[in-house]
Amino acid sequence: MRPVYLDNNATTQPAPEVLDAQQPFLTTMWGNPSSMHEFGGQVRRYVEKAREQVASLIGADPSEIIFTGCGTEGDNTAILGSVAADQALRHVITSRVEHPAVLAPCRHLAANGHYVTELAVDSMGRIDETELIEALQAGGKALTSIMWANNETGVVFPIRRIAEKVKQFGGTMHSDAIQAAGKLSIDVRSVPVDLLTLSGHKIHAPKGIGALYIRKGVRIRPLLLGGHQEVNRRAGTENVAGIVALGAACEIAQRALHADHNRIAALRDRLEHGILERCSDVRINGDQKQRLPNTSSISFAYIEGEAILYDLSDAGIAASSGSACTSGSLEPSHVLRTMGVPFTMVNGSIRFSLSRYTTAAEIAHVLEVLPKVVDRLRSLSPFSATT
Amino acid sequence: MWDYSEKVMDHFRHPRNVGVIEDASGIGEVGSLACGDALKLTFKLGEDDRIADAKFQTFGCASAIASSSALTEMIKGMTVDEAERVTNQDIAEFLGGLPEQKMHCSVMGREALEQAIANYRGESPSKKMLAGEVVCNCFGITEDEVRRAIRENALTSIEQITHYTKAGGGCRQCHPQLAAILENEQANAATPALPADAAGRSGGRLTNLQKIRRIEEVMERDIRPQLRKDGGDIELIDVDGNRVLVALRGMCANCQVSQFTLKDVVEARLREYVTAELVVEEQS
Ligand SMILES: Cc1ncc(COP(=O)(O)O)c(C=O)c1O
Repeated sequence: MRPVYLDNNATTQPAPEVLDAQQPFLTTMWGNPSSMHEFGGQVRRYVEKAREQVASLIGADPSEIIFTGCGTEGDNTAILGSVAADQALRHVITSRVEHPAVLAPCRHLAANGHYVTELAVDSMGRIDETELIEALQAGGKALTSIMWANNETGVVFPIRRIAEKVKQFGGTMHSDAIQAAGKLSIDVRSVPVDLLTLSGHKIHAPKGIGALYIRKGVRIRPLLLGGHQEVNRRAGTENVAGIVALGAACEIAQRALHADHNRIAALRDRLEHGILERCSDVRINGDQKQRLPNTSSISFAYIEGEAILYDLSDAGIAASSGSACTSGSLEPSHVLRTMGVPFTMVNGSIRFSLSRYTTAAEIAHVLEVLPKVVDRLRSLSPFSATT
Repeated sequence: MWDYSEKVMDHFRHPRNVGVIEDASGIGEVGSLACGDALKLTFKLGEDDRIADAKFQTFGCASAIASSSALTEMIKGMTVDEAERVTNQDIAEFLGGLPEQKMHCSVMGREALEQAIANYRGESPSKKMLAGEVVCNCFGITEDEVRRAIRENALTSIEQITHYTKAGGGCRQCHPQLAAILENEQANAATPALPADAAGRSGGRLTNLQKIRRIEEVMERDIRPQLRKDGGDIELIDVDGNRVLVALRGMCANCQVSQFTLKDVVEARLREYVTAELVVEEQS
């Protein structure tokens, strides 16, 4: 049975057109693009076409795109690579709600003598821009890394204003746009970011392929040392099938952006309104005015997220949670905690994330199942209003 | 997903004995919302001095619900002395095993049972509260709890201690202490068992759950109505020992005199009705 898949911020279904596009590179055209013979050499043209498709999605020049093994590699390369290439970058500014792919390298730098500022967010998940300016004024050339949109709440950051500020102070600007790509329009011609990360499996390409935008003139030290691929910026024989798939996925995303955006946002809003109508003691996390169209983080008081997910899964619905029990550690979501979401609400948080494949019938199914799940689990809970 | 046994999923999907026995012989409450799980266990003795009925309410994940449900089934028909000998291992075995990272759910069951038996015997939980220093501040776990879990489950690593008790699963600052306790226990294990007093019970968390609920009650009954009259509101963010973290909303949030409101209204009321040691702070 096909699940009602509402966990698209974790990963997405590879688009059939994308799989078709990459298929030849796993069967007949499996040559090495660096080879000096036509069998391999012909493959190079498809890699370069994919580079154009990726560049086009974000308004970049193809020469400013390198392919990476995943989004995490892009974030690590951007942060560690730009600091390693520029001795003057001693200060790193980021936010407390970044993905671990950004936070972990920043904390690694902090442990190795760099000065790192982690900007706080308010209860709606928004960055305080005056705090950013203070950090920029604190002295020294800074690398600032702020995500375009948050994966847990969908909150969108004012990256254009942030990047303009960073450039005013002469710093370097990176943005993890992994969740924003394909959902919002991104244009590096009008937003002065130096580095920007993309990941294939969040935009209907397969897992294990990403891209990093590096603005012309910005220097990074490569993370992987070895061959001369990607103009010496990322060694290793190219994942050609993945690259072609990412290119195809970007082209589709660009074409479908506006239609997808409106349709998905309407379904998401229907889901949220339906839940608010049917369930009591619920809250929506994050700034609802500046949010990805596909994401909804909702907290249910008195019950725990993992239990909700198992009940939903029994009904064929896939979602995720910020609760401690689902985090793999014992700590609940760092994003919701730092937003000051009451602990009662963090452990009972559920994230629904939609995609272009989500249907109205699926949302109706969730609205039928979820209130029963919430009632059942609340009837077991010592915190429910009944006691 | 976790690799839960069929029996765990069965008890999660069809929990037995849900509810509260109104005229219970013993009541045990452990955990808190902040810790991510909590269990209220009640039991009633029959004429034959055996447990005639047991009921539970649980806030927690699938394995916490299943462990609680299993516990109520296991203790029915036991004498109190027999029930007292139920270990967390027994609960896990009854369920056909639990993933190691989820063993703390079975420990919570055993702790609630202990509290309920103590309550039945008229022992004051506050005395137990003092037993043992808190080692893990993130989850409020005492040294005695850690030692007991090491002994009863023959634990050999800090990671295992975290899986069984949650201790060390947060900021990790207590890891050196946990290592020292582990080393000490392992040295002791090589020599004959200590007399029973070392098996000191801890119960700091009983009051934690009660505390949170009392705070919520007092806020709802005495504090909110007053603030709302002035167009404000208050939200409980966290309870960490005796530190109560709140957020003021609406008018109160921007109010020049909000510090005044906090100390004079909120803290005074909570101290009066909950416990005099509470300190109320506003979330920054
Ligand atoms: C915001 C954000 N950054 C980074 C990543 C990591 O990307 P990848 O899984 O491709 O390494 C993810 C996805 O998990 C993400 O949502």
